[in-house]
Amino acid sequence: MPEIKVTPLGAGQDVGRSCILVSIGGKNIMLDCGMHMGYNDDRRFPDFSYITQNGRLTDFLDCLIISHFHLDHCGALPYMSEMVGYDGPIYMTHPTKAICPILLEDFRKITVDKKGETNFFTSQMIKDCMKKVIPLNLHQTVQVDDELEIKAYYAGHVLGAAMVHIKVGSESVVYTGDYNMTPDRHLGAAWIDKCRPDILISESTYATTIRDSKRCRERDFLKKVHESIERGGKVLIPVFALGRAQELCILLETFWERMNLKAPIYFSTGLTEKANHYYKLFITWTNQKIRKTFVQRNMFEFKHIKAFDRSYADNPGPMVVFATPGMLHAGQSLQIFKKWAGNEKNMVIMPGYCVQGTIGHKILNGQRKLEMEGRATLDVKLQVEYMSFSAHADAKGIMQLIRMAEPRNMLLVHGEAVKMEFLKGKIEQEFSIDCYMPANGETTTVTTNPSVPVDISLNLLKREMALGGPLPDPKKPRTMHGTLIMKENSLKLVSSEQALKELGLNEHQLRFTCHVQLQDPHSDADTLHRIYTHLKSVLKGYTIQHLPDGTVIVESIVIKVSSSAEDSNTKVLLLSWSYQVKTWTLFLEAAALPGVTTKLSSRHP
Amino acid sequence: MLFVVATVFLHLQIPHEETPAKKLRLSKPSKSAALHIDLCKATNSTDALQYLLQFARKPVEAESVEGVVRILLEHYYKETDNSVRLKIASLLGLLSKTQGFSPDCIVDDAINTLSNEKSHQVLAQLLETLLIIGTQLPESPALRLRLVEVAYKHLSDTYFGVRNKCLQLLGCLGMVDAPLGKENEGAGTSLGGLRDVQSIISDYFGDQDPRVRTAALKAMLQLHERGMKIHQIIYDQACRLLTDDYEQVRSAAVQMVWVLSQLYPESIVPIPSSNEEIRLVDDAFGKISHMVSDGSWMVRVQAAKTLGSMLQVSPHFLEQTLDKKLMSDLRRKRTAHERAKELFASGEFSSGRKWADDAPKEKLDTNTVNLIASGACGAFVHGLEDEMFEVRIAAVEALCQLARSSPSFAEKCLDFLVDMFNDEIEEVRLQSIHVLREISTHITLREDQLDTVLAVLEDSSRDIREALHELLCYTNVSTKECIQLALLELLKNLNKYPTDRNSVWKCLKFLGSRHPTLVLPLVPELLSTHPYFDTPEPDMDDPAYIAVLVLVFNAAKSCPTMPALFSDHTFRHYAYLRDSLSHLVPPLRLPGRKQVYGLDSVDSGPGSGSVESAQLFLQQSLNRVSTIQNLEAPGAQDLLDLTTRDLLRLGELQTELAGAADFCATYLRCQLLLMKALQEKLWNMAVPLCLKQNVTATAAAQQILEETYKLEFLYSGLESRQVATIHHVRLQAKALQLVLTARTRQGLDLLIGSCEKFLQDVESFQRLFLTELPHLQDSFVDKLLELMPRLSSCKPVELVKILQTTLRQSGLLQLRLPEQIHRATATIIEPTGESDNPLRFTSGLVVALDIDATLEHVQDPQNTVKVQVLYPDGQSHVIHPKPGDFRKPGPHRHRLITQVYLSHTAWTEPSQIEVRLLLAYSSSSTSLTSPSKLGWSESLESLPPAEAAVEGTIPFSKAVKVFIMPKPARR
Repeated sequence: MPEIKVTPLGAGQDVGRSCILVSIGGKNIMLDCGMHMGYNDDRRFPDFSYITQNGRLTDFLDCLIISHFHLDHCGALPYMSEMVGYDGPIYMTHPTKAICPILLEDFRKITVDKKGETNFFTSQMIKDCMKKVIPLNLHQTVQVDDELEIKAYYAGHVLGAAMVHIKVGSESVVYTGDYNMTPDRHLGAAWIDKCRPDILISESTYATTIRDSKRCRERDFLKKVHESIERGGKVLIPVFALGRAQELCILLETFWERMNLKAPIYFSTGLTEKANHYYKLFITWTNQKIRKTFVQRNMFEFKHIKAFDRSYADNPGPMVVFATPGMLHAGQSLQIFKKWAGNEKNMVIMPGYCVQGTIGHKILNGQRKLEMEGRATLDVKLQVEYMSFSAHADAKGIMQLIRMAEPRNMLLVHGEAVKMEFLKGKIEQEFSIDCYMPANGETTTVTTNPSVPVDISLNLLKREMALGGPLPDPKKPRTMHGTLIMKENSLKLVSSEQALKELGLNEHQLRFTCHVQLQDPHSDADTLHRIYTHLKSVLKGYTIQHLPDGTVIVESIVIKVSSSAEDSNTKVLLLSWSYQVKTWTLFLEAAALPGVTTKLSSRHP
Repeated sequence: MLFVVATVFLHLQIPHEETPAKKLRLSKPSKSAALHIDLCKATNSTDALQYLLQFARKPVEAESVEGVVRILLEHYYKETDNSVRLKIASLLGLLSKTQGFSPDCIVDDAINTLSNEKSHQVLAQLLETLLIIGTQLPESPALRLRLVEVAYKHLSDTYFGVRNKCLQLLGCLGMVDAPLGKENEGAGTSLGGLRDVQSIISDYFGDQDPRVRTAALKAMLQLHERGMKIHQIIYDQACRLLTDDYEQVRSAAVQMVWVLSQLYPESIVPIPSSNEEIRLVDDAFGKISHMVSDGSWMVRVQAAKTLGSMLQVSPHFLEQTLDKKLMSDLRRKRTAHERAKELFASGEFSSGRKWADDAPKEKLDTNTVNLIASGACGAFVHGLEDEMFEVRIAAVEALCQLARSSPSFAEKCLDFLVDMFNDEIEEVRLQSIHVLREISTHITLREDQLDTVLAVLEDSSRDIREALHELLCYTNVSTKECIQLALLELLKNLNKYPTDRNSVWKCLKFLGSRHPTLVLPLVPELLSTHPYFDTPEPDMDDPAYIAVLVLVFNAAKSCPTMPALFSDHTFRHYAYLRDSLSHLVPPLRLPGRKQVYGLDSVDSGPGSGSVESAQLFLQQSLNRVSTIQNLEAPGAQDLLDLTTRDLLRLGELQTELAGAADFCATYLRCQLLLMKALQEKLWNMAVPLCLKQNVTATAAAQQILEETYKLEFLYSGLESRQVATIHHVRLQAKALQLVLTARTRQGLDLLIGSCEKFLQDVESFQRLFLTELPHLQDSFVDKLLELMPRLSSCKPVELVKILQTTLRQSGLLQLRLPEQIHRATATIIEPTGESDNPLRFTSGLVVALDIDATLEHVQDPQNTVKVQVLYPDGQSHVIHPKPGDFRKPGPHRHRLITQVYLSHTAWTEPSQIEVRLLLAYSSSSTSLTSPSKLGWSESLESLPPAEAAVEGTIPFSKAVKVFIMPKPARR
């Protein structure tokens, strides 16, 4: 039986460092090539030595597909392609291809320039790596080689995020990457057609969450910001530069516009401006509203949101500031936080997840006194709010996607093991399909039941169609006669005549004969005639012929009469029929002849 | 497409050709003959096709259709090319649609053609033709039966198009009244007589081609529309199709399931995988709810819309649509114990609103929570969050329908509707506000809900704010804090958008009269009265203070204890507001306030009685005026003067009659002016001496002319009688002008020209108002017409003399009031003209000025209303607003919200420009030539050259001054 093998090198029962190997129909595909944010050593990149110890990766991998530009999905890309060495095709969507290098470059700068690491990839490596990228369009089927084809679907999540459908022959796998089933202010919802893959590999970040309606969240968020502004307070929103930040910007921008608010909104600059540029360009990847209105005004051309300068933080009066990074662990957001923490009028809104150990995590857990470096303590008087704006599918969204795609097996990655376990149970119960959740390095094998295509000649098909009654009931299997020819790796179903012809064989006919004795005083010809008339009266609707050479033919059954040698009154009936009509003859024998016999005999007791 | 064009053409042509009946008969044989010859001439199929295409463009008369059909059929049998046969088949269908032609004579031939046809496409087209024939002959059951049989025969065709058409035929023609079986047994069709149309169609629900499946569902729906009762067995099959791979099938299946749920709401269906049963309508509701999260947005829209009309669904199910978490409960009824457990269990889902509330807790019974919505769960939550605004709007509308029939559901969906106020698409926001208003009779807003509703008051879109004001007018609130909150927010709104003044006041009026008891405890605070100290008297012109007073006074109307809390100045303010804003402040019975009470009694009964008495007064005044026999009668002037004044005042007091009163007053003023002009001594003086008086008379004539145009075009509801009267006055004014011209100017040529023109005017008057002439006895024109033969031949000087005497001797024409007469009015709300800050802009460039105005009783404002901008240097611009700038908030009411662009050369200091609205008119489009006729250029040409159309504009709003300052451009 053919098998599909899936091995996560990262993201198996874990969030971060997404990297999954799939072997399908003899092809090896790597899905995503991410890094882990939590580590600074070798563990941050996937273990490529799992694939090969000393050979080049190119020989083992047929292609690499990147789902979106987040570093935990593409951060190890230059390392893999340039430092480990991979020259095969890399696929990603156009926006990902545009934004990915910006993030990689930023990441490189922080690691090399700030932290002073050596033996890291260089700018040139990023560029070289991007040269190997082949861009994908949505719903475009790309032929990687003769057998392997991939197709991208819209995934929401961030600009350019895609789900991929990988197909070899009749086996297929869908990898979702990160996706979002509820649309937000700038992106639409993920969508896939009923492709019925053998395995659906889905993320499961929010496996145990069913989120409130996003409108509630938005309303709460806006209300909190608005109230704080009206009080004259300052609002700090720590964000990561790309993704959620744009959504929140649009949300605030439109709110400011609608409500005619005047308080300034700032965005700490840097890579955001470059990225915003791409957001403006890739309008087709955004949601309905932005797509429809961009002719009048591109929503990403913000009117109220201005670039932030360090000196603005001390300005009097209300303001809203988006600052990076999102967990308050360093950089501008932390600086501003320190300045504003003392005033209870101010507010900090955490729009996403915070890793343990960060200041963000501490204040969310209600800590009101923070120890800063140099033994200084910081009193946190400002209000702390948490709003989940994460653009991952929640449990219900995952279920919805399963319903859309109708997979035969399910495989969960990119989530915490405990939560996955819960969802796994749900999926198995609800859809009665198998669900797997391999850990890193653990291989899941799924046997498939691929259908074997057979060519059939049109004439044969038509002939057989004509035989079987009316058309409805396509679900009911129907038997047909034909000859299966296996020849040079291809299967063909043809009619028997053609098969004989192709094989150069002669047709042999198989005939059965049987003798029946009966008593009849008449002459041979007379008896035959009597049988003929009798059959004619019994078997209405069949062709019965009386041939001059002394035979009666019923369809293809031949009946002859001869007198036996011993007794002229004893007639021997010779019946002969071909293989196909065997049952028929039996019927004749069983029904008709006894009739004749009794009739004949009754006349002559 | 071609067919449609051709049929339209047919219908147009037929009435035209009716008149030359003989010609038509002559052309009849030639037409079919021509086709015959053409087709015979055709050497190959391409030619034949060309001929047929040409033929299809021409109409065929009902009489010759049959002949043409025969020729086509004859050719059909000979033709070997599929495309030509296809075209012929389609032509047959087209022809049988000809009006006045009964296609029963060609049915046999059409059916016969089917038997030998090999091409599937042609077969499908022929069936389509049969369908047309069948629908043309609804009264022939025998024919229907035959056609249905034909459809049965071809149902097993391998081509999907043929099956489609067969199903369509069955759907449109299948027997409604009785199962087909009985009639069919005699006919002995091969399919067996025992099966009816429905079961045959339902066989094709499982067809391999999605198009056929759709057609089968559509055919079934068609049967339902034609009144056949669909069997309940279909339900299961239809439900299965809800999971079809193709969206059009799913969409049709949603409709099918809906139809069945309406037919058999109370039947019981089993729940698969359990031994319990539920009502069919509930089951269907659950299934359709499921479709709200379908992959195709078309299906989602369909499903969301459908949900709105399933009113029989049990409340239990209905409420699930707003819930995302309670999931498996829907499928099986549970014991209370289990439910309690589930409530506990549902806690394991994090809502994402609190940090770390999804941290793993102890394992609970996870089996009770069913993740996938196997029923109605959260359908609306999904629908309202959908990516496509079409789905969201459909969901909002469905919510509205369901909420209107179920108060408890209305209560529940409130939060969701309020959330929609924050949608990114304005249309959706607006729609949800409207919906909330519609269901607001059922609900009482809680404080927190009110809070979110009120937050929208700051929206910059005027439409949204006004819709919200409208909503607040109908809202019930529960506590006095709510009232306070609402007032606070409304005042904030007023502060931020001063233009909302009227709307806010109106809103407070309703809020006050709805919740008198809630307002009562707030009164001291609102009016800032103090038990011991006198507080300073608030500023009466402050819109916010007026707003508070409007709230309080309206509440006081049904709360007699409230006035006791008022302070002295409040009573004074009441009297003032009652007079100035009488539509917002109700009459109050205030104890011990004489002057207020007295004023009160005058206006106290604004019922029908006072309108009637005012009407009576109006009529009496008019009657009094009509006693004036001659314009020169003594005292006539005073009487007119007095009556005019009375009428104007009446118009102010009684708004219902304002139009009529104004109309009469204007008319009388015209008469008065005319009278004064004629009574001048000047007529007896020598020409050179009276130049000065002459000027006043000329001015009077000019003014009368202008007034007549106002009379004609500013008022709606005029009948032709009044129009005649107005034209009569105009004629008088023209006569006056002529007389004056004759006296002042010496040029004879000019005079002759004017005389001729005047005579033309008289003639056209006669022509236009022929029916009204009997009513104009003894009037100026009556007398003129008597003298007409003489006038047309006499010299100009003589004519002038006659006119002069006739003018002076003719009596006053009595004015008859029409039933309803309204004056077109316009009020510019924005700009207010109060701003002292000049609008600065660089000279040579433009600045946009927002105009917001309400128009009342203006017909066709898109074409008539214009904006005039008057610059201080006398330059004036007339701007024509776009048709889209007009909205229609109510009957006879329009709203103009537009922008005008201003520009000027540089000024040294800011100065004011005037903006006003103009009503454009053109005398050529008077009521006598219907505007629809004007559309045809031919008919215009055929008319005799009408009198030169007088076009002009009437200013009908107060001018608003706007401060602007064009700065010189910086180099």
